[in-house]
Amino acid sequence: MKNVMSNKYVIALYTLPALLLILTLIYIPIVLSGYYGFMDWDGIGQMTFIGMDNYITLVQDKMFWTSTWHSFLLAIFSTASLLLYLAISLVLASKIKGSDLLRKIYLIPMLLSSVAIAQLWMKIFDPTNGMANKLLEMFGVENTPIWLADPDIALYAIFIPVIWQYAGFYILIYYAALKNVPDEIIEAAKIDGASSLQIAYKIKLPLISGVFKVTIMLAVVGSLKYFDLIYVMTGGGPNGASEVMASYMYKEAFKLNNFGYGSAIGFGLLVIALFMTWLISKLTKSKDDVQF
Amino acid sequence: MKKKAFSSVISLALAGGLILAGCSSSTGSSSDTKSSGDKTVVKMMHLWPEGSSNAQFTIVDDIIKAYEKENPDVDIQTEILGNEQYKEKIKVLSASNELPDVGITWAAGYMKPFVDGKMFAPLDDIAKEDNFVAGTLDAFSVDEKPYAVPLELNITPVYYNKEIFKKYNLEAPKTYDEFLNVVETLAKNKVTPITLGNKDRWTGSMWYMYLADRIGGPEALNSAINRSGSFEDPALVKAAEEIDKLVKMGAFVKGYNGLSNDEAKGYFMNEQAAMYLMATWELPNYTTTPDVSQEFKDKVGYFKFPTYEGGKGDIDSYVGGPGVGLFVSEQSKVKAEAKEFVSYLVEEWGKRSVVDAGVIPATVVDTSDGELHPMYIDILNDLGDATNLTLYADVQMSAGVADVHLNQIQALFGGQTTPEKFAKTQEDALAAEK
Repeated sequence: MKNVMSNKYVIALYTLPALLLILTLIYIPIVLSGYYGFMDWDGIGQMTFIGMDNYITLVQDKMFWTSTWHSFLLAIFSTASLLLYLAISLVLASKIKGSDLLRKIYLIPMLLSSVAIAQLWMKIFDPTNGMANKLLEMFGVENTPIWLADPDIALYAIFIPVIWQYAGFYILIYYAALKNVPDEIIEAAKIDGASSLQIAYKIKLPLISGVFKVTIMLAVVGSLKYFDLIYVMTGGGPNGASEVMASYMYKEAFKLNNFGYGSAIGFGLLVIALFMTWLISKLTKSKDDVQF
Repeated sequence: MKKKAFSSVISLALAGGLILAGCSSSTGSSSDTKSSGDKTVVKMMHLWPEGSSNAQFTIVDDIIKAYEKENPDVDIQTEILGNEQYKEKIKVLSASNELPDVGITWAAGYMKPFVDGKMFAPLDDIAKEDNFVAGTLDAFSVDEKPYAVPLELNITPVYYNKEIFKKYNLEAPKTYDEFLNVVETLAKNKVTPITLGNKDRWTGSMWYMYLADRIGGPEALNSAINRSGSFEDPALVKAAEEIDKLVKMGAFVKGYNGLSNDEAKGYFMNEQAAMYLMATWELPNYTTTPDVSQEFKDKVGYFKFPTYEGGKGDIDSYVGGPGVGLFVSEQSKVKAEAKEFVSYLVEEWGKRSVVDAGVIPATVVDTSDGELHPMYIDILNDLGDATNLTLYADVQMSAGVADVHLNQIQALFGGQTTPEKFAKTQEDALAAEK
């Protein structure tokens, strides 16, 4: 057996299926979309090579940078909300009554499909009959907001369900990580007279910092390529007020028949996401990662 | 041990995320796979699945069966997809030169890339101008040659709730001043005068188009789009000012820019709004659809968009357009058979679509047989008297310019632009294209 596994051809043979899968489903499409970015193509007729034109337009396209800014806003908000998730998991993991049930409740939004969530929140945000405004009216607010129709609010209104949607996912990760902190250490701390707040700050958080870094990465990259709720709830409107990079790409490619330019946007999105991944891993790198 | 448990939870969570992200809509396709033998096979794709568009599905199915009976050597094979999947698939198929022999297309701006790419065969030999309602064939023509034959035709009346009107002693308005009075009275009494789903943008565009038509006549907008005129025409700016005025009067439902057309429709169906401007594809809801209560159906009436004092447009001019049409693929190996089938299908469709599916065909309809709901007969008669049919602006324009137009419409309704800027931005976009 050992002989077989050390044979280079066998190794190549065994990794081949996975390699092929990744190549054909991920890397080749990425290269292709970069390539289509050099073309003037409506997705139907002939492609014509136009060199860097699409990429030059992209850099000068105000709408692209607006949508990039919106994507970054989402990234900032979802990263900030990680702290909230972390706080919830700290409470959940500290053996309070009913934490099992609560954990399951928090997980439910994750089990719903994005489109169902979007439909649900569109009903909540309905300006006349929606739950949000009915509640505000109950508290005596007169000029209730029009939520998704107001260009100043629309984007932030969508952030609420997005953050709500992913709560369960991150809480689950943090919860699992916190449960993984050895009891002996915490017991030792207790014996030394540490309060539960001190235990949380000085022991639990440093011990799960590795997981925290991973979730920052997931939140930022996930936000940058975010698409579903935006697309269903406002379609990027009104007037591009809630357009993010991915929805802008979809709109250019499929709605406006600019496959070439759409591909260029997609490639831009990839570059930005890669850069952010690199930046975050650089920023969060520390030598003294705690091992246990 | 604990570490292992942790990593398995993590990987489960990640896998769960992947699965959720990977959820994609399933395509409901079904195809007739009869043995073809030595028969000539004509492949057809359409967008009326048996489940969601049963009436249309049945008509097409019956027509195919009848055709196959009359022409035993032809075998029509169908592939059926839902609307959105159809739109996507047809693009993919055309990119790989695998279009079906016969298929469905939308008019003007949508089909132009296909025609430019030589994907559709010219149908000037089977499409006879006088079989169709005036203007419908033009919408499927490029350089005066038809590349598809229209199946449907829609015009847009203003539907209104008779009971709400009666309650406030209002009557269906004939002039724009009367219309403004209706809006004012309703708004004063805290009733939403007009429901509008302007998230979809083409809905607001119809209001603008009507005002442009009534003020400047049909030429004003048409010539701005075909570049014989300008979008900064005073009539077109004036129409934008009127929209602005309506918005300030509180004519439209709260949050219209965030509502989709379907959501906005709900306000009308629930009697929370008095008026709704929409194409005649809504007619079944007010006449035949069994899910809608008879009580509500009896309350719905319609009026033609009122005339504007001193304006050039008359009341019998409509905004509207053909819905879908049939094309024959240029690459088809059985072009002659396909064309013959298309002309047969269009003719039979015209005989049955109103009665069986509530779809107004683009072919001239005989209303004398008395089976129709009176509202249909009225609409069909109005259609007979129509002096002009202006095709939806976003359909007339190319995709890029249409997007500018629609965004400007949303900005105009949202008060984020001025009528002058509204006109100028569109003029610039139209001018830049040529």
